[in-house]
Amino acid sequence: MRKALFESFIYGPLTEPAPAPDEAGLAELAKAVNRAARAKLGRSLSIRQVDAGSCNGCELEIHALSNAFYDLERFGFHFVASPRHADVLMVTGPVTKNMREALLRTYNATPDPKWVIAVGACAVDGGLFAASYAVTGGVKEVVPVDLTIPGCPPNPKALLAGLLALLQTAS
Amino acid sequence: MALLDTITHRGTAKQHRPWPRAIVTDDGWRQAIDQLTAGKCTLLGLWGDAGDVHMALLGETFDDIAVLSYACKDGQYPSVGARHPPAIRLERTIRDLFGLEGTGALDTRSWLDLGFWNVRHPLGKKKPAQKPAPYAFLPAEGEGLHQIPVGPVHAGIIEPGHFRFTANGEHVVRLEQRLGYVHKGIESLMAGTTLDDAAKLAGRTSGDSTVAYAFAFAQAAEAALQVKAPPRALYLRALMSEIERLANHFGDIGAICNDASFSLMHAQCGILRERTLRAAEACFGHRLMMDAIVPGGVARDIAADGAAHVQALLTGVRRLFPRLVDLYDNTASLQDRTVTTGIVKPDYVRQFGAGGYVGRASGRGFDARRTPGYAPYIDLKFDVPVLTAGDVNARIWIRIREVEQSLALIEQILARLPDGKIQAAIKPNGKICEGLGLTEAFRGDVLIWLRLDGKGRVERCHLRDASWFQWPLLETAVEGNIVADFPLCNKSFNCSYSGHDL
Repeated sequence: MRKALFESFIYGPLTEPAPAPDEAGLAELAKAVNRAARAKLGRSLSIRQVDAGSCNGCELEIHALSNAFYDLERFGFHFVASPRHADVLMVTGPVTKNMREALLRTYNATPDPKWVIAVGACAVDGGLFAASYAVTGGVKEVVPVDLTIPGCPPNPKALLAGLLALLQTAS
Repeated sequence: MALLDTITHRGTAKQHRPWPRAIVTDDGWRQAIDQLTAGKCTLLGLWGDAGDVHMALLGETFDDIAVLSYACKDGQYPSVGARHPPAIRLERTIRDLFGLEGTGALDTRSWLDLGFWNVRHPLGKKKPAQKPAPYAFLPAEGEGLHQIPVGPVHAGIIEPGHFRFTANGEHVVRLEQRLGYVHKGIESLMAGTTLDDAAKLAGRTSGDSTVAYAFAFAQAAEAALQVKAPPRALYLRALMSEIERLANHFGDIGAICNDASFSLMHAQCGILRERTLRAAEACFGHRLMMDAIVPGGVARDIAADGAAHVQALLTGVRRLFPRLVDLYDNTASLQDRTVTTGIVKPDYVRQFGAGGYVGRASGRGFDARRTPGYAPYIDLKFDVPVLTAGDVNARIWIRIREVEQSLALIEQILARLPDGKIQAAIKPNGKICEGLGLTEAFRGDVLIWLRLDGKGRVERCHLRDASWFQWPLLETAVEGNIVADFPLCNKSFNCSYSGHDL
């Protein structure tokens, strides 16, 4: 294990460097998020993820935000285990009727000020599942939504870009 | 001896392919239940239809499959679950969705219907919703017992479900799951849609297994319409399947270790997973490869430089992964958490027909790619690793061995990738036709049963995730373990909530 840890010093981080052309968006994001997050929320923004009926595809990509390539925490974001610790709810799925009440309670348990991001095509308007007897049809039907990040599922870069947009709206 | 030889039936449905579907009455149905309880065959699925129930069986040597259909009388059929517990949750689901009752059923509580829909029996004879009775969790009695309710909203980035623990101090006496929170009504949405739309829905039944679902759906549709996907398409499907398996196994191995607070493995496996997803995107234009497999073939060919991306991935994995395996094997504090934790008994695995790493870590060597087998795996060389310890450690090792097998499979696929077309024409044949698909997702076998009308539209589609026969075993695995080891056990199963809830 020591060898593995030591080698990470030699090879340096995998976290994607900012200025490469296709990473330009990410780099801007890094700067802007830092500025806005510091001004508004003292350098950190806590996110609580709520799956309200997704196929779990969105969860996979939200997970990826924490890997070495995207390293979400360098921007001051981090995921928390309780809505009581959260500033942002990231909600996925078409909000099934079976999850409606759980989502509402989670929202009510989140202290103000709070923001809600609807993540993924299903969360925007119910997506492919909108017509079902078991689905309410989008997060906005249940709680107020501040931002939507479409995609099926949105890739990690789109998710990062969305978090930035939220900060700009919030400030 | 073929499965149907021992079951009295009134002929078979001509339009059902590739395995037979037999029409049975009370005698045949009961004989099938006898065979299940005697362990002579495995329950592969049990689902409702308009007025019928269907049961899919897998023969003892895994190479024979048969579907039995029983026409309900007054909405009733002889309960399978009363004598064969793996059927209990499936019967509760049939009752919720179709209103068909298993006579003699021991557990008549609702399963997917949590009382929030506006309708009862949405796929059968619809009835207005009524206020549900409070859900009665199974009792656990004794001195000093306390309950811990968890969920549906969990503490991590995971899917929702409710776990009711009864514990004595740190030790779990009973875990009871309550699922259904992510029920989206997929089977009802599929009814009446085109094949293309239904394929999209199938690919969103469980996002982590989107390739395996689209593959099984395509198999079912092609069997029903008697269409053969071109060889190149079959090889590309297998390539996608193995890339999906790699990505999920990397994610799981890291996440299980992370639940034992060993974040170094999590970080390193996260790198491998991300590289795998990037290779998938470079090849097929989507990180999870959604909608890449369609009935008739594949929607897009591998990118011109796709093979090079995959080769680079393989080289990188071959360099890093063995060292991670050493790290896992040589870290005593980690082994202390995983070895002998969450043991699943081989008897349960056999009885429930649990597939994937849950089955193979407890001695059940079923892998749908091997037996009954499907193209192109029939032409490829690979081993099906099997262990018997049945603990968290064994489930990790099965994944490690399967990663190695997938790497070898990908090399064979790239070396033998045939040229030619990637899609065969799909045309309705003017008749009602039925097909069954069975593929091996990373977590186990996915079964899809499909009936098309004469215009090629879906009349009924049933999707059965491997999780159906794994979730109940998690309840047994955690018994006697400490509460703090539940996340480890749960992650080592990594059952799908969405794939189960539909």
